[in-house]
Amino acid sequence: MRDLLKANQREATAFLVLAALLTLYLTTHPTGANTYVLTIWANQALILALAAIAQFFAVIVRGIDLSVGAVMALTNCVASYLVIGSGLDMALGILAVLVVGVACGLLNGALVVFGRIQPIVATLATASLFVGLALLLRPTPGGRIDYDLADAFTLDIFGIPTALIIAAAVIGLFWVPLRRTGLGLGLYAIGSSEQAAFQSGMPVPVIRLASFAMGGLFAGLAGLYFSFVTTTGDAGIGPNYTLNSIAAVVLGGVALRGGVGTLTGALAGAFILKTIGSLMFFSGLPPLAQPFIEGLILAGAIAIGGAGVLRVKNRLEVFGK
Amino acid sequence: MSRSENPIVRLRGVSKVYGATRALSDVDFACFGGEIHAVLGENGAGKSTLMKLVSGVIQPTTGDIEVNNTVTRLKGPADAMARGLVCMFQELSLVPDLSVRENLMLGAVGTGLGRLDTGVVRRAQDILAQIDGSAIGMKTRVADLSLAERQQVEIAKALTRDPKLLILDEATSALNASVVEKVFSLIRAQRDRGVGVLFISHRFHEIESLADRISIFRNGTHVDTFENGAYDYGAIISKMVGQRIDDLFPAKPEPDSAAQEVLRLDGFGWADSLKDVSIALRKGQITGLGGLDGQGQGNVLQGLFGLLKGTEGHCFVDGLPVSITHPKQAKNPKLGIALVPEDRKTEGLILDQSIARNLELAALGTDGIDAADAAIYQPFLDALELKCDNLDQPVSQLSGGNQQKVALTKWLALGPRCMLLADPTRGIDVKTKTQIYALLRRLADSGVAILLVSTDYEELIHLCDETHIFYQGRVVRHLTGDDVTAEAIIAASLNIPSSAQISGAVDA
Repeated sequence: MRDLLKANQREATAFLVLAALLTLYLTTHPTGANTYVLTIWANQALILALAAIAQFFAVIVRGIDLSVGAVMALTNCVASYLVIGSGLDMALGILAVLVVGVACGLLNGALVVFGRIQPIVATLATASLFVGLALLLRPTPGGRIDYDLADAFTLDIFGIPTALIIAAAVIGLFWVPLRRTGLGLGLYAIGSSEQAAFQSGMPVPVIRLASFAMGGLFAGLAGLYFSFVTTTGDAGIGPNYTLNSIAAVVLGGVALRGGVGTLTGALAGAFILKTIGSLMFFSGLPPLAQPFIEGLILAGAIAIGGAGVLRVKNRLEVFGK
Repeated sequence: MSRSENPIVRLRGVSKVYGATRALSDVDFACFGGEIHAVLGENGAGKSTLMKLVSGVIQPTTGDIEVNNTVTRLKGPADAMARGLVCMFQELSLVPDLSVRENLMLGAVGTGLGRLDTGVVRRAQDILAQIDGSAIGMKTRVADLSLAERQQVEIAKALTRDPKLLILDEATSALNASVVEKVFSLIRAQRDRGVGVLFISHRFHEIESLADRISIFRNGTHVDTFENGAYDYGAIISKMVGQRIDDLFPAKPEPDSAAQEVLRLDGFGWADSLKDVSIALRKGQITGLGGLDGQGQGNVLQGLFGLLKGTEGHCFVDGLPVSITHPKQAKNPKLGIALVPEDRKTEGLILDQSIARNLELAALGTDGIDAADAAIYQPFLDALELKCDNLDQPVSQLSGGNQQKVALTKWLALGPRCMLLADPTRGIDVKTKTQIYALLRRLADSGVAILLVSTDYEELIHLCDETHIFYQGRVVRHLTGDDVTAEAIIAASLNIPSSAQISGAVDA
């Protein structure tokens, strides 16, 4: 057990912080703790959590994805056309939305793997591309998602917010099994030492491509869930989510240098970030000061993560040798 | 068990060229099942290139690799592994952020990207138990293991992959004698089962006790292959040494042991890499630091230039104690130390910037020197005969030799009293080498104290006035005058104690 805690120190810390913040939030909330408050909170947090998971798949293989928000915007706009009508229509619509997400991820991956373009540059370019497509689809916000379907995913089941159940399902049904495969292990191996992964006989390009594809899938899921929450399509939702997804993975203990961190951590980081936002909303802080406080918290978290530099004994190693 | 009839791997006329450097030229080489085949050679002799070719990490520029008598293109390590060619790289195939358990499963036979095979872990634990590694926790992060523990894990990992040919590259360099003996028993057991073993080591006694056959490589060519025991140490070392090129080097003046001391290190140490190093640099002398790669020589230069934190011992400049904590302090004319680093492409130069800009970098911010004054660089550029279209050309367009001239000039312009040079002629053509040697000697004659780290023993013999040989962070021998011979340098580099015995053997 101690080994397990030590190995997952960053995640354990993230969950402790989250528990503390949530308690504070629920006790200070004007209407007190109830299912309604909890559901709104969980819905907002899950959107960011799915985006953070998308970002996680880029960061874990030593990359970064600036197109997470753009893929969300595009899939949100696609959903606002397709996720309506008969049951079959909606099922096919959801499938189409996720296919769009995966395709976006694959495009990013192909540029990085085959085009040998740095992830930050490749995704900066594709982000504009995706937002451009979203704007063509929805020049102004509009469209509609089936209300019953949206309700089914955004309310609660026996008092437990559906969003939390989805989050648990992502961990239990996706992440835990993935972690037991060569692919899951390969993600870490590439991020930590690409050379060691290659020399151990891992197919590095395939894994990196798969990682970006999974990133695209989760960005698509984030866009879809955003559609359920807002029941409309909007091409302008991107920028905020891209930056917050990066902040969330950092808060969740995922190292931006790759190879360290977990999907669970990224998810916890997103919930923390959203909870801080909600806390400030009710805290009486002037709204204009809130970005400042959020930035302060994020800078603090990053500084703690980077403290290792102080222990370096050869100055040249600081320069990433 | 005797050697197999057909080789597992055969190289035919294989060459490997990196840019302007020939790492291997026209090599024919075969290794068989059921034998332990040791490969010996100096730094840069081509041993590692050979290993990388056989394990599929790199592909030959020309020539063929045959596996089981069929010409095969090894597409990568995965491909080589599938054919039973398994390499144990020093400790480089372990992923630092993953646990031991995860590293053992990574890329295991038959796993691919699918479900992980935990059976591998049990087999590896059995192997680890046989080599004193049972205390290694399976859930420990590899980054938290000692170097020796990592090597034990590497060995276990390689053996779980059912090798037909097991390639061991300095596999036991960090292990102590009793563990090494246990590893050897394992390797012998593998051989007796018919596995071929390709073994690189710098420890002579290991090769003597383990190898069935020995191959010698020198300057990228395969010199000889013979049965273990056919030659003694001295004869083997002289096969590794090869011929000399005397006129490459400028004439050496008579050593002046009374020359004024410019810089002295006393009991210098740093972390685990350097221990109790004492060296004196004299005015007008070229002092060499030799030894195998990475024995701490490079750290001495970094320490003197203020790049290391937490150094021990004392440093004196002109007899006064100083503590150098930053390159800016080191290059200040008060101390006048300059460092030409080992990797000119990443540490010595900014490749995308122009020659002129690069030249100014060291002079900028140095008291009493006008970096923008082109006249301070020109004499050295002339002396070294820099070949370029104009000084606004980016450094990346220059050849390796001309790049090094820029890296040298940028420091020479400061008029240092003490030059630290890390292998300044590595991967450079012969003509440029001669120019650099001549310049270094002229600098010494003008009163500069020079400290030269070199992996080329010819430089230590013919250019340096005295030489310190490093082994595992310590100076194991201080050679001066006629004692500086290739045999003595190699023997000291391998930490073979008795030099008299070896030179006797060579004479005979």
